[in-house]
Amino acid sequence: MERFFTRLVRSLSLGARGGREEAERTGTEGGEQVATDGGVATGGDGADDGVRSRLEERFGRDFVESAPFWLPPFLLMAFFVYGTIGWNVLISLTDFSGFGSPDYSNLDLDMYVRAANDPNVVQAAVNTFVLLVAFTIVALVFGMLIAILVDRGIRFENTFRTIYLLPMSLSFVVTAQFWLWMYDLDSGIVNAVIGLVGLGPYNWIGNSSLVLGAIIFALVWQFSGYTMVVYLAALRAIPDEHFEAAKVDGASIPRMYWRVIVPQLKNATISATVVLMVFALKAFDFLYALVGGYRPPNGADILATKMVREAYSNTNWAYGAAIAVILFAMALAVVGPYLYHQYTRDNL
Amino acid sequence: MSTETHTREESFLASLTGYRVALYAALGLLVAFFLAPIEAGFVTSLKTTSAVTGTAPYAPPVWPFTEFPTNGATLGKYQRAFDTLAIGVFNSLLYAIPATILSALIGSFTAYGLTLVDWKYQVPVLVLFVAGIFIPYQAVLVPLSQVFYILSLGQLPLWNLLGISSDYAGIIELIIAHVAYGIPICTILFRSYYKSMSTEMLESARLDGATLRRVYRRIVFPLSTPMFAVVLIYQFTQIWNDLLFALILVSSATSPAAPVTLKLAGLGASLEGVDFGLRMAGAFVAALPTLVVYIAFGEQFAEGVAT
Repeated sequence: MERFFTRLVRSLSLGARGGREEAERTGTEGGEQVATDGGVATGGDGADDGVRSRLEERFGRDFVESAPFWLPPFLLMAFFVYGTIGWNVLISLTDFSGFGSPDYSNLDLDMYVRAANDPNVVQAAVNTFVLLVAFTIVALVFGMLIAILVDRGIRFENTFRTIYLLPMSLSFVVTAQFWLWMYDLDSGIVNAVIGLVGLGPYNWIGNSSLVLGAIIFALVWQFSGYTMVVYLAALRAIPDEHFEAAKVDGASIPRMYWRVIVPQLKNATISATVVLMVFALKAFDFLYALVGGYRPPNGADILATKMVREAYSNTNWAYGAAIAVILFAMALAVVGPYLYHQYTRDNL
Repeated sequence: MSTETHTREESFLASLTGYRVALYAALGLLVAFFLAPIEAGFVTSLKTTSAVTGTAPYAPPVWPFTEFPTNGATLGKYQRAFDTLAIGVFNSLLYAIPATILSALIGSFTAYGLTLVDWKYQVPVLVLFVAGIFIPYQAVLVPLSQVFYILSLGQLPLWNLLGISSDYAGIIELIIAHVAYGIPICTILFRSYYKSMSTEMLESARLDGATLRRVYRRIVFPLSTPMFAVVLIYQFTQIWNDLLFALILVSSATSPAAPVTLKLAGLGASLEGVDFGLRMAGAFVAALPTLVVYIAFGEQFAEGVAT
């Protein structure tokens, strides 16, 4: 059984190298002494063929021996993440609706044509984009400002940090209940506060031109603590000399941050941006709990809510799958460059 | 010369105190901003239905200026919320605990195999793991429904064969889904930790002929304890807080297997009107486990989200 497994791993990864396989397998079965041999080989650092092939044997051995640790999860991921995404694309090309099995014999792009001509889907795509961009930018800027304040050598720093990050530990469903109450037309705090300066009251959730802004504001409340934590870690990593040098130059504090410190937060900004956008794509939970049920959220439909409604409420599975592919493509457009950036910088 | 330095220092100190006052004022305003919804929710959860509309949303139920004969305070909303949500809390624990432990363990194994052992095609495999973090779950929902449809009702009545009632099949499905989709983030969290681990001990153990399994069990696993704390807290919060999978796999707030998030989302919808007192009490009941975890392990939580 173990031998079969070893072979399977080999054929999966080194399939093309067929001829080598036999030799390497024998090497593997050489057992523990290969390890000590390998150790000597690394020390030798020579360029002759013998050393090189022994090194290769070592690569192969570790590959096979470590496979039980990572291969089963990898297969699980391959099926549940990549397999299902591929399957989802396939379903989006069918006319599958309702229960039973999709008919894979007749594939076409009908569902995408339908999505492109559906003003609700187009609006949901626009809303998704607005939500992604506006929420991410506001949460980044706001979180950075908080991080700078917290980083100014304050007392009770831990307490402040704990409070600012607290909303992040709560479920979208819970925070949606809170904000439903905050935005209440008659008794909500938001209307009470803006009433002090003579504005409102506004029906934040019911008014289709206000609801998206209201949602973005609530999401910023929930996640700017996260941005703060990321920026705080990045600020702490900047050597004190940079602050000192700016001080000696006589730069004002805002100027020092803008010219010297903020540019050094680039990597933190990139990683926070990606994670915030992922949160925004998951805002489904928040919207669902906020507007309830499968009702179309008035003016706040995003692709995530539209997809679930089409697939699970209207049982237009293929249509829902197509909307999901569009959403996935948007996520990939954000995450793809990030992953490539991390990959080329060897940051993974 | 020296007097000039002196005055400059003095003015600096003077500006510093003014600046300090402004700094703490700003921090205090931020505290108010971040706590306002929670505070408003908490006071509202303690009010009677008439007090909810009759008092200011941020004011406690006992308010000197209230025109109500009673002070409007009640624990009745908590009682009702708990009656409605208790099963949900139990169901959530039923899948959140095993799914958290399983995904953390698997993440640790995976990260070990991909970080502390060198082999050739490691990086491409790793990229696939990292990319898994960023998948919008909508992109897998329809096939996932199909998988569980086949397993439970269709060609393969697996859950029935295993003696699990179809109501509780949803719990099993939630464990599978949360473990499968939690593996990427757990792997990356452990990887970042293993990358900074000193490898000298591992290498010498290897040279002494220890197998990878032995190295993991004897050295890596015991050293992973701090990261296990981070990952377990992070995963528990994520799994407990999730609504989407619960909605898709359990589907109805009235199901006996409905998790607490699903119950809470259904709380407002199933009642006439909007009973904000009940909603707020329900929100606190549903949030209690993660709040407790957060208050007790705030540092580890922060570490988890920042990585």
